[in-house]
Amino acid sequence: MNGSLSATTVRFPGHSGDEIEAYLARPEGDAPRGGVVVIHHLPGYDRATKEMVRRFAELGYDAVCPNLYSREAPGAAPDDAAAVARAAGGIPDERLVGDVGAAAAYLRALPNANGKAAVIGYCSGGRQSVLAACNLELDAAVDCYGAFVTLDPPSEFPLKVSSLVDQLPRLSAPLLGLFGAQDSYPSPEQVADLGRLLDGHGKRHEFHVYEGAGHAFFAVDRPSYNVAAANDGWERIAAFFAANLGN
Amino acid sequence: MCTYTTVKAEVEGSGKGPGGTWIRVTDATVYFDHPVHAMHEHTLNIDLADPSRDPAARVALELSADSARRLVEAIQQALAAVPPDLLASPPTA
Repeated sequence: MNGSLSATTVRFPGHSGDEIEAYLARPEGDAPRGGVVVIHHLPGYDRATKEMVRRFAELGYDAVCPNLYSREAPGAAPDDAAAVARAAGGIPDERLVGDVGAAAAYLRALPNANGKAAVIGYCSGGRQSVLAACNLELDAAVDCYGAFVTLDPPSEFPLKVSSLVDQLPRLSAPLLGLFGAQDSYPSPEQVADLGRLLDGHGKRHEFHVYEGAGHAFFAVDRPSYNVAAANDGWERIAAFFAANLGN
Repeated sequence: MCTYTTVKAEVEGSGKGPGGTWIRVTDATVYFDHPVHAMHEHTLNIDLADPSRDPAARVALELSADSARRLVEAIQQALAAVPPDLLASPPTA
């Protein structure tokens, strides 16, 4: 693997057949490879997320990040699109599942695809990664500090999300969870609760909680970036995908 | 964290928006969450927007929690100093 890759913007039908925009990165060459659907954080389909997509291609996977705000704000700057989506109450769970399912199908249909697909999400996308893996047939799922997986948001929250506790028995893939010990949403207690629930359902999972790290420790353009946690996290992700997306 | 907590208010006025142009603003969205630009893990964010136009028709602020409180105090002080009859004046356009 020499790091050569190509990246571009593509379009395909998402939930309900709506055409959505997505950022696709593919390693050079014709070796069989798995696919990774990247779910962007609430602040949007931004440059830092696209860097992550390219990194998955550098690791040897076809990777695609659907722009979850394609419908609300087509062509808008990521921060403006996120503002519109937030003001509208966020992305409905059903639509998220439809868009991620379409992205996974898109990856599985690419030349040289080995038919395996994973999902990874950050921040709000962490919860959405678990949500997708509970409702789609996937081969691996990664939750990076997703909140509101094991408990409902406070009632005054306008965002239309709820806990995923009742969906966890349907989890279709092994789950890697990467969390910060200094995070409050999700707190280490909530992470432990999730682990116990998954144990109870006999679902494979591997969690790492990093001391000294808070929320969003993978975000290279934010003060929350934590080198030690992010470096170890990337290594865990690479090993997890090698074990679950291999040929 | 992504608090998701979003408080909305109807507003009436103008703001200087993208490209240095003034826009009428009708909606305020206020939330405490990750900023796009400010060097804090979380900030109090305010979007003043005209949703009838494109998504870029927005004036955005990202303030530290302390700064946001100081701003609220300053607004309250400025309003408190205004004679009541002036505050009651109707829009002229």
